Amino acid sequence: MSINGAGPTVHMRAREIDKSYGAFVALKSVSLEVYKGEFVCFLGPSGCGKTTLLRVIAGLDPQSSGTIEIAGRDVSLLPPSARDFGIVFQSYALFPNLTVAANVGYGLVNQRMSRTAIKARVDELLALVSLADQGDKYPVQLSGGQQQRVALARALATSPSLLLLDEPLSALDARVRLRLRDELKSLQRRLGITTIMVTHDQEEAMGLADRMVVMNQGTIEQVGTPAEIYAHPQTAFVADFVGAMNFIEALATGTMSVRVGDLEFASAVPHGLASGAKVRLAVRPEDLRVRNVSEDAANGFAGQISKLNFHGGFCRALITPDRAPGVEFAADIAANDLRDLGIAVDRRLHLSLPPEALRVYPL
Amino acid sequence: MATTTIAPRRASLKMAGDDWVLLIGVAVIALWLIVTLAMPLGVLLIKSVQNADGQFIGLANFARYFETPSLVTSLWNSVWVSALTTAIVIPLAFGYAYALKRTSMPLKPLFLALALLPLFAPSLLSALSFIYIFGNQGFLTPWLMGETIYGPIGIVMSQVFYCFPHAMLILTTALALADQRHYEAAKVLGTPSRRVFWTVTLPGAKYGLISAAFVVFTLAVTEFGIPKVIGGQFNVLATDAYKQVVGQQNFEMGAVVGFILLIPAVFAFAIDRIIQSRQVSLLSARAVPLVPQRALLLDGWAAVYCAVIGGLIASVIGVAVWASFITYWPYNLTPTLKNYNFVEYDASGWMSYWNSIVMSLLVAVIGTAFVFVGAYLVEKGRGLKFGRGLIQLMAMIPMAVPGLVLGLAYVFFINAPWNPLGFLYGTILVLAINSIAHFYTVAHLTAVTALKQVDPEFESVSASLKVPVARTFQRVTVPICLPTILDIAVYLFVNALTTVSAVIFLYGSNTKLASIAIVHMDEAGATAAAAAVATMLFCTALGVKLLHLLLDRFVFARFQAWRRR
Repeated sequence: MSINGAGPTVHMRAREIDKSYGAFVALKSVSLEVYKGEFVCFLGPSGCGKTTLLRVIAGLDPQSSGTIEIAGRDVSLLPPSARDFGIVFQSYALFPNLTVAANVGYGLVNQRMSRTAIKARVDELLALVSLADQGDKYPVQLSGGQQQRVALARALATSPSLLLLDEPLSALDARVRLRLRDELKSLQRRLGITTIMVTHDQEEAMGLADRMVVMNQGTIEQVGTPAEIYAHPQTAFVADFVGAMNFIEALATGTMSVRVGDLEFASAVPHGLASGAKVRLAVRPEDLRVRNVSEDAANGFAGQISKLNFHGGFCRALITPDRAPGVEFAADIAANDLRDLGIAVDRRLHLSLPPEALRVYPL
Repeated sequence: MATTTIAPRRASLKMAGDDWVLLIGVAVIALWLIVTLAMPLGVLLIKSVQNADGQFIGLANFARYFETPSLVTSLWNSVWVSALTTAIVIPLAFGYAYALKRTSMPLKPLFLALALLPLFAPSLLSALSFIYIFGNQGFLTPWLMGETIYGPIGIVMSQVFYCFPHAMLILTTALALADQRHYEAAKVLGTPSRRVFWTVTLPGAKYGLISAAFVVFTLAVTEFGIPKVIGGQFNVLATDAYKQVVGQQNFEMGAVVGFILLIPAVFAFAIDRIIQSRQVSLLSARAVPLVPQRALLLDGWAAVYCAVIGGLIASVIGVAVWASFITYWPYNLTPTLKNYNFVEYDASGWMSYWNSIVMSLLVAVIGTAFVFVGAYLVEKGRGLKFGRGLIQLMAMIPMAVPGLVLGLAYVFFINAPWNPLGFLYGTILVLAINSIAHFYTVAHLTAVTALKQVDPEFESVSASLKVPVARTFQRVTVPICLPTILDIAVYLFVNALTTVSAVIFLYGSNTKLASIAIVHMDEAGATAAAAAVATMLFCTALGVKLLHLLLDRFVFARFQAWRRR
């Protein structure tokens, strides 16, 4: 990641953050920049360090070494209360004994605002999250989705420059989660507030984020827009974690080619691995082509369908190439292709593996 | 924007206002526990290896102890009397707990309440009752067939009564946890109910039984009031410690006895810890809770059993209450209030009762504040690992320290010539401080359990909103935990009101407590007056508990509207 000249303003900068709990290393030399107004998602499996990084940024769990800057100010050694952020937790952490309005106004009471000013601000925030008439209720009387929005309003009340969200949607059921995801996105756009969200749900991350930070075992694997990460995963981990992926053991035969069984596949760009090295060929199931594949198409091959799994709009077919027995490619075949081509189990067909969709990783 | 290069460095956050508040809090609580608990016990241990002039003499005191036949006899007496008590209490309490948790007999709340009654009386009360029932002029004395109640028989009887609710509570907890599926599986396999009991029920309650046995044994070994009142010439460890220190001013030997009294308690404590760490994995989270089925025969027998035991408990208390209104047993049975004119039997008169009330209130108020704040710091504090760990560790110590030992430790500590706190000796304050230390563990664990259920992120949210932690403590944490705080206050009040063992060494001429007055009146032969004081304490403790239940149900429920959907 680089900033070219007059690029966007960096709002949060983490530099070489290390964090360990005793012998366990939670974060290893993590550096990251988050731009002003951006929505960034930290994505990764549980235990990858994404929540730890969020808590380091917040100052809730201080880093072992490294620095954090927020809005150009070095806050590495400042306690959470001296940093400038709002936070929403997975549990929402709403104060159960205070009304919705009192929860939202909790941080305002300390700011020497007049009672009427506080009330006006609380009303404004409740309207913002579409809970205008719920101010007198207690949290327990609200649905999960409503509680989540109260927590959001409370975090925004003091107008922080940075919003931190720790898996804010994962306690909700699927339908509500989808609706709130859209609401969250439009709210963030409208307010233009720099937002960092932690999630383990790749769909959520891809739907919300301007940029995603994919993490694994305490390090950042890749930073980029959802489209970049999906189309060009830089590591096998990212390729595997984001979306579905075929991984096939192969042998590098040249700078731009690999061999699987007796099949030779060409890649669009050099893979940078030494000829003769054992490698992993990766291709997404939906990138395998089955329609209008001529006998001499680039990276074409013939194979037999051993299994078809119905997924609704498409079927995932397991295909064994004739010239590479023992290897199975998963290919997603759209419902209409399935019908038009008369595809069924045990049928043979021609496929191609477009060179630009093919990726090669070291084994 | 300008990029400055900052070398990576090991970070420790700058102290904010909150951190100072937490630091001061941790320091105050830790210091309190060091001074009121760790130091007195340390002094006791040192005293046991010193001679009268304060010189180190190694284990010479212990050697002398084991060379004194009368003292060794007491040790043996303590052990077998306590073992017998345990052997009687555990099956009785298990039957009672089984009836409460595993049958669907009627009147369960009543039977539970009856079994808990002894908790609200000073331990001496049962001893006084048994004197009336089986004593030289008791109305059932012939039942003893020539044996005397003043000795091991009386001690065991009274201790069974006194230990029963403690064992029953542990066993009901153990029996409350059961997986219905185990019983269904056994039934499907055609297992006879007797075998189900031996292969499913009993193993499930195994840890509870072990834990209850150790608790009862410890209570019995360290109990002072009962052998003092009903033991006659039969000496046990607890009365020895009292005689050595108060009677013979032999502090070193008192310290040795105190040290020996620590052993079973520490042992019981260690066993209990081990058991609790194992208990966790016993039941899976997906277990289906057992709901007892109606079974006419079993339910009937259970009700009869509980009625007999519960009735006996109520009768024992009833006898003491009734005796306190009798003019002169057994010659003049006219009802009278003269036994309540305490000043005729003990110089401090009613003052001892009011002292007890004041002391118990101090314990309830100061103790609850310290316990709750301490538990909050342990559970919710950030950083300060050492200080918080120290508080947690010290908070667990009183569980393993019998009251008598703590009382002895205080005598040595407060009277040490180097101690600037010496002026506290004999004041109501030192009695209160001692009682807070004595009952700290249970109160602390209750508070920690409640705080664990409070969302751990409240403090983080407050920090992000720049609200001081003290404000969130007062505005959110305390209101949420209010029912628990009241539980703790009532627990401390009732226990401080009825305790004898620790405070007997510490009271002054103006600060005699009612529970001590009972001992003195009984020594002076004024058994009826002693029963009257015991009755006053029992009624007060029970009244406070009832008030608490009423308040909880009708008044505080109004302030807890937020708990209801």
